[in-house]
Amino acid sequence: MTQGHGGHEHGHGHDHDHDHDHDHDHDHDHGHDHHHEDDTITFRVRALERIAIEKGLVDPKALDALIETYEHRVGPRNGARVVAKAWTDPAYRELLLRDATTAIASMAYVGRQSEHLVALENTPKVHNIVVCTLCSCYPWAVLGLPPVWYKSAPYRSRAVSDPRGVLRDFGVDLPADVEVRVWDSTAEIRYVVIPERPAGTDKLTAAELSALVTRDHMIGTAR
Amino acid sequence: MNGGQDLGGMQGFGPVVAERDEPAFHHEWERRAFAVTLALGMLGRWNLDMSRYARENRDPADYLSSSYYELWHKGLERLALDKGLVTAEELRLGRAVAARDPSLVAPDAAAAMQILANSRGAKLEDPVAPRFAVGERVRVKNLNPPTHTRMPRYCRGKQGVVHVDHGVYVFPDTHAMGLGAKPQHCYSVRFGAEELWGEPRADVVHLDLWDDYLERA
Repeated sequence: MTQGHGGHEHGHGHDHDHDHDHDHDHDHDHGHDHHHEDDTITFRVRALERIAIEKGLVDPKALDALIETYEHRVGPRNGARVVAKAWTDPAYRELLLRDATTAIASMAYVGRQSEHLVALENTPKVHNIVVCTLCSCYPWAVLGLPPVWYKSAPYRSRAVSDPRGVLRDFGVDLPADVEVRVWDSTAEIRYVVIPERPAGTDKLTAAELSALVTRDHMIGTAR
Repeated sequence: MNGGQDLGGMQGFGPVVAERDEPAFHHEWERRAFAVTLALGMLGRWNLDMSRYARENRDPADYLSSSYYELWHKGLERLALDKGLVTAEELRLGRAVAARDPSLVAPDAAAAMQILANSRGAKLEDPVAPRFAVGERVRVKNLNPPTHTRMPRYCRGKQGVVHVDHGVYVFPDTHAMGLGAKPQHCYSVRFGAEELWGEPRADVVHLDLWDDYLERA
């Protein structure tokens, strides 16, 4: 259930009786534009949810299950396990590079926004970086929901035209002799980057290796 | 459409700023907007391409000043109105007024999870021949549809090489407008950074582009 996770902003979580919490804020937040905007969208979202529930268009338990799944169950640890398996199992690596959709399905990672997955392998001379300039396409089954910066105008505008500058924003200064390959996710094919296995990790298990793999490695904003 | 969503190559937005230990959602309303968008979509009254068009088809100033989940919600309101799931009066009042439509059955939690897991995506089995071969040089047509398209303007008129033939896919330009899937091949096309941006560097950009966007170079 999701109750209890939503209390950060206004001091209380989602109320199933749809008590409008923006009313509280007006008592101590006169004329604060940011809060006013937030209250407007808060009201609009609550309104549509309530209408949809009252008309039987959505099941509140389904809403909770969807949030629980994408907030807590699906995330970049899935992708990190895929990468670690590729690093330690040559047959799996070969399958992942040939047919990533099948490869992740074999680890039970399936579904929405990952129906057609392609894995991109970094090498000492190639660095891959993934973006969606038109919206926010992202391989949910292996990485979860995208971070705000991935969906933001600075990233979406510059990742295609100035990928090396974007990498510098992330503290990565790529040598000139490493080719950058940008992948703009304009269709329903989703991309995940397989980073290079770090040197000196020969004795680590797959579980230990997966702890070294971050979300940013698999987007391509870390090296 | 040449709208606010088509951001590739724009300038002036400043550096990319990543938040440390970022939560999946920043506000309770974002959770609800996300879940209601997915759940209402499961009723099958619209497709993903229609959802994208509903989010992007607005004044670019509105697009660029709205947060991500605000755009999701604004697009959802529009679709729910257009497809008759809710009325403008209901949205204004914040409660149901019109009667239920007994033909619409909301999936329960288990059914919703099944729908997500079984999502089949946009690949089709239609026996459509590819118009281009891997390795062939292509040019992106000079198309400016005022409706939904997945051809970013930064590749328009540019030459690239077909890198991978992904197979036959739903064509979003027609699918978003309710004009059918128009099955055709979708390719990964590789463009040099110099071709796209006029800069003499070896880097490349790949875009996934459909037959209808391309011509022989």
